[in-house]
Amino acid sequence: MQNAWTIARREFRHYFVSPIAYAVAIFLFVVLGILFYVNVSFGMATGQIPPDGRIVMGPMVTLLLLTVPFLTMRLIAEEAGSGTIELLLTAPIRDWELVLGKWLGAIGFIGLLLAITWIYPIVLHRMTTPGIDQGVLLVAYLGLLLMMSSIVAIGVMVSAFFRNSLAAGFSTLAVILILWVIGGLASGYGGANEVLRYLSFGDHLFDHMFQGVLDLSDVLYYGSLTVLPLFVASQVVESHRWR
Amino acid sequence: MIRTFGLTKYYGVHPAIQGLTFEAAPHEVLGFLGPNGAGKTTTLRILAGFMPPSEGRAEVAGFDVVDQSLEVRRRVGYLPETVPLYPDLSVTEYLEYMGSLRRVGDLDQRIDEVLEEVGLTERSESYIGNLSKGLRQRLGLAQALLHKPQVLILDEPTIGLDPAQIIDVRRLIQELGKERTVMLSTHILSEAQQLCDRVLIINKGSIVAEDTPANLQAQLAGAEQLIVRVSGADGALAQAIGRIPGVAKVTQDPGAGELRVETSPGNDVRARLARTVVEEGYDLLELRPAGLSLESVFLQLTKEGLPVGGRD
Repeated sequence: MQNAWTIARREFRHYFVSPIAYAVAIFLFVVLGILFYVNVSFGMATGQIPPDGRIVMGPMVTLLLLTVPFLTMRLIAEEAGSGTIELLLTAPIRDWELVLGKWLGAIGFIGLLLAITWIYPIVLHRMTTPGIDQGVLLVAYLGLLLMMSSIVAIGVMVSAFFRNSLAAGFSTLAVILILWVIGGLASGYGGANEVLRYLSFGDHLFDHMFQGVLDLSDVLYYGSLTVLPLFVASQVVESHRWR
Repeated sequence: MIRTFGLTKYYGVHPAIQGLTFEAAPHEVLGFLGPNGAGKTTTLRILAGFMPPSEGRAEVAGFDVVDQSLEVRRRVGYLPETVPLYPDLSVTEYLEYMGSLRRVGDLDQRIDEVLEEVGLTERSESYIGNLSKGLRQRLGLAQALLHKPQVLILDEPTIGLDPAQIIDVRRLIQELGKERTVMLSTHILSEAQQLCDRVLIINKGSIVAEDTPANLQAQLAGAEQLIVRVSGADGALAQAIGRIPGVAKVTQDPGAGELRVETSPGNDVRARLARTVVEEGYDLLELRPAGLSLESVFLQLTKEGLPVGGRD
């Protein structure tokens, strides 16, 4: 476990020297800032949009879906491509510790990005009386973090399959978008409806937690979509030994 | 310290190594010599705990490389062929990362010691991306030494270095070999000759010879040979030389004016030979030993037709 922590620290710090991480952060905050400004000054001022702490969270989810794959793509693929994986696999650490560390480092950085976006609700809170509902906001953010945990785990898993970071990035994006649109299929089919709805990546966030309702089944959904990819990833890392 | 029994590794159906059985004693520098693609890296990777063998067993420091892989990895310092470094880290950051993964106690002090040992102290704040190939190699060595391993495994430690750097790294390895078991691979014969207590020659995945560099040389060279160059050498001279006690055989190399004189082992006939040539009325131009170098031993052993294992 200590090893996982060591690797997590290294990965977390790496984001601060990574141009891609800065590009993602700037993109995220610039777009969110514009959306926030537009919503507040034109929407709320005219009374068309009620004050809500989740004002930029909807678009933020979309932006994160599109950008997080590029934060996770290099995690294992780069090590495999440059040969440094040989170093890690001959160090006295277990394969799952490596994978867990990678995941922790990435979710740590994305958690930091999410924490920064909390600035918008705070601004909104101070602008309005009687302020905004903090409880709903908290649960919504928790849901978002859970969703990110799944995305990062999937990113780690896909990254383990590749030696090329960019290939891993686009493949992760593809996997996530497929999970995202699967819910759309649900409306088309009769019998498989419930299953497909359950599998849909977005519904678990938007149907409950985004509304401030904490539902165990959603936590389980994102939890298992975190654990399972990480397990697969550690198997794939082990398979590097057999190549 | 290192022991293998019938170590075999297949990549698909192609065997990279086949039935390797060897040992390395504590504090021994064991050289692994062979042409490129002979299976050196594969063997070293197995010993370092990177990959399991397809068949056979290997023990390092008394632990099985498959069943007790973590124990083995704790005790081995490994320098892979392509030195695995993170260009975005500084020398110190890199060693801090590797050291904490290996739970090295008193890490800061240990990093200073290791940097001193490989001569990188002045570059401790440099980013790895800015280091030359030779310095990177040294940093790779530093990484392998950090946790004071009982066994050092070095895959082609001098490859791609310039001559001065090669001398440096070789000296370092010689120092290291005094306190540890070192196993290194190389395809440079003089390197094996210079660094190793014992040499394993491997070709196409099988061991073709195993001995000290000196013995290997002697074993294959057989009797000693001398090359004698004389102006106007002819059959009469050859006969005269043949009569010197201790000379086993004289062959004349037509054209070059050279005589190849084989002596029975342990006889130094050079003084007597020189005198004979002069007494017979010839001019002695050159007299040199033609002892086979490890180079020719190697070529002889790795030629086609020698035992290379059954499968192909």
